[in-house]
Amino acid sequence: MAQAAMKKNRKNASPAPSTASPDEIARFTAMAEAWWDPKGDFAPLHNINPVRLEFIRDHLARHFDRDPMDANPLDGLDIIDIGCGGGLLAEPMRRLGATITGIDAGQKNIEVARLHADQSGLDIDYRHQLPEDLGSEKGRYDVVLNMEVVEHVADLDGFLGAAAGLIRPGGAMVASTLNRTLKSLALAKIGAEYVLRWLPVGTHDWRKFVRPSELAAGLKDHGVEITDLKGMTYAPIERDWRLSQNLDVNYLAFGVKR
Amino acid sequence: MTIRKKKSPSGQSVTSPLDTEILIIGGGMVGATLATAFGQSGVDVCVVDTQDPLDGLDAGFDGRASAIALASQRVLVALNIWPALHPGAAPIKDIRVSEGSSPFFLHYDHRDTGDEPFGYMVENRKLRKALFHRLQGLAPVHVMAPASVTALDRRAGGVTAEVTGVHGKTEINARLVIGADGRASKTRDDAGIRLTRWSYQQAGIVCTVTHERSHDFVANEHFLAAGPFAILPLMGDPDRPGHCSSLVWTERADLAPSIMALDDASFQAELEHRFGDFLGAIEVVGPKWSYPLSLQVAETTIGERLALVGDAAHGMHPIAGQGLNMGLRDVAALAEVVLDARRLGLDIGNAVTLDRYQRWRRFDNTLMLAMTDGLNRLFSNNIRPLRLVRDLGMAAVNAMPPLKKFFMRHAMGLAGDLPRLMRNQPL
Ligand SMILES: Cc1cc2nc3c(=O)[nH]c(=O)nc-3n(C[C@H](O)[C@H](O)[C@H](O)COP(=O)(O)OP(=O)(O)OC[C@H]3O[C@@H](n4cnc5c(N)ncnc54)[C@H](O)[C@@H]3O)c2cc1C
Repeated sequence: MAQAAMKKNRKNASPAPSTASPDEIARFTAMAEAWWDPKGDFAPLHNINPVRLEFIRDHLARHFDRDPMDANPLDGLDIIDIGCGGGLLAEPMRRLGATITGIDAGQKNIEVARLHADQSGLDIDYRHQLPEDLGSEKGRYDVVLNMEVVEHVADLDGFLGAAAGLIRPGGAMVASTLNRTLKSLALAKIGAEYVLRWLPVGTHDWRKFVRPSELAAGLKDHGVEITDLKGMTYAPIERDWRLSQNLDVNYLAFGVKR
Repeated sequence: MTIRKKKSPSGQSVTSPLDTEILIIGGGMVGATLATAFGQSGVDVCVVDTQDPLDGLDAGFDGRASAIALASQRVLVALNIWPALHPGAAPIKDIRVSEGSSPFFLHYDHRDTGDEPFGYMVENRKLRKALFHRLQGLAPVHVMAPASVTALDRRAGGVTAEVTGVHGKTEINARLVIGADGRASKTRDDAGIRLTRWSYQQAGIVCTVTHERSHDFVANEHFLAAGPFAILPLMGDPDRPGHCSSLVWTERADLAPSIMALDDASFQAELEHRFGDFLGAIEVVGPKWSYPLSLQVAETTIGERLALVGDAAHGMHPIAGQGLNMGLRDVAALAEVVLDARRLGLDIGNAVTLDRYQRWRRFDNTLMLAMTDGLNRLFSNNIRPLRLVRDLGMAAVNAMPPLKKFFMRHAMGLAGDLPRLMRNQPL
């Protein structure tokens, strides 16, 4: 959905080809203040957050042999959240015990995230950077989080390569995005943006949505094997998001680095 | 949790702020049970109550006994409160509902739905005592009583409260505030949450009686012209169990004071007149109380970093003995959503979590309020056609096992979307 617009927009940014487009950066920076308002522009992210966190926690706990019900099941894991936005995922992950680095292409997002982490009393290393800036941290991380990011990048393969390169062998990646189906066009794009007004119009470009097969193939090229895929489905009566087997619209992937 | 004291430059003793996760205002039966649920799960809580908990253990403080539905009993079992109550708790094996002089009555036998009783009768005083002891054994729980919250600031970033007690003022920082301060909840009123309220113009007279014959652990709900008259089985003398009952006698509000003013012999005579002689000779033991009966519902049960539970959120007619039970359902649901959020690393006072609580409880509470209100209205009048409908209705429910089972499961508290604590699952 939103965490990142992947483009260098810092002063002195190098003119090297980047993985995101300028329009997207401008759009998301404007939304930054509203990040932490659960009833505001980012309400959908707040609403899907519990399901995303459950998926991440349970898979990481299983992979790294922890008890997901522990107070700090991610204790000591070195995790980078790519496209961290205002820190909606990074803060909970920190509370669960992980060491967190959060990067985002929007300077304002990083500022919002820093401010909020400070208010929450959490130490999180937030940086205004792109994965391709982190050459010196290759293979450093136990886990890379790629949540609602890939549908916003301009160069998917370049992005996946840079992200996968940050994971140590035996580490893991969690990704989530929107599938490119007619249903997702109807639901996520037209439904969520135009009809329900859950998201500001123009949040998504449907043509950039990524099929699970494309994600799997793209990651495999960079040494990451997807071992589980789950859908995220909205239950209208309960007004809650649930994990499901239906990958048609929102889906989550768990992968392991060779 | 300890409060650290330090000396200020002036030499005065200043208490440094106390950091906790959850501040519970009101440590009555509902608030204390919730504190147990959190404390047992390792969540830091601070409970503030205006009453000294030791006062509540006195028989003169609260003479009521509560019907603990089976689902509520499961909560008390899971929270390790039940062992202290178990020996004195009277199982309700059957429920008989009858009306005035009508020959029809409804008979609910627990064996129709399985082996377990509908619930148990427990004296409030014993429940308070069990909770008091349980809380003392939980390290994450900090009880401040008698004390009151003299300032409360709830904002997006967190909660700060000023608590004033016998030892002075303490500042408390928390992520979530829970209003469990009963029907007259100040927490609710200060939050600007409005209340819909209507009085039944009825009073509930409560007392305990002993009787010659055993009640055989049957609860009797007898509908009289003035309203329901409930005879609820207590364990009583352990050497002679089954010879003691708790009474809830509903009376017109304008008549209740004169009944309360009667001398013992006249009160006893009025009582016998309504009670009948099916348990032999009866005798009133201990004091009697009168409570005004009204129904009230808070327009919302949540606010910024705030949730209401128990009577602070909803007070209902005691006709179905459901007030405490609904409060314990609030406890089970709120503890579950908060712990689920915490185990995901989420901020426990966040609006999405509180919304889940509100949606979960709203339907259930509204349904129960409507049911108890409807029952009371239906049974509290003597209009002939209505009586016929009631009589036929009761006979019909008896004749239709599925419908009866539905009502019985409601009475046991087993209907609806149950929280884990009510399904014998770990919190
Ligand atoms: C006649 C009668 C019979 C009933 N029978 C049954 C029954 O059989 N079964 C059943 O389930 N229910 C029954 N009920 C209902 C039941 O008693 C209540 O629903 C239950 O006690 C609610 O518990 P609570 O903890 O929410 O509120 P309360 O028990 O009212 O506790 C509130 C607590 O908050 C404290 N407090 C108040 N104000 C403040 C403040 N400003 N700051 C700090 N602390 C404060 C009080 O000291 C108290 O400890 C009956 C009610 C009546 C009137």
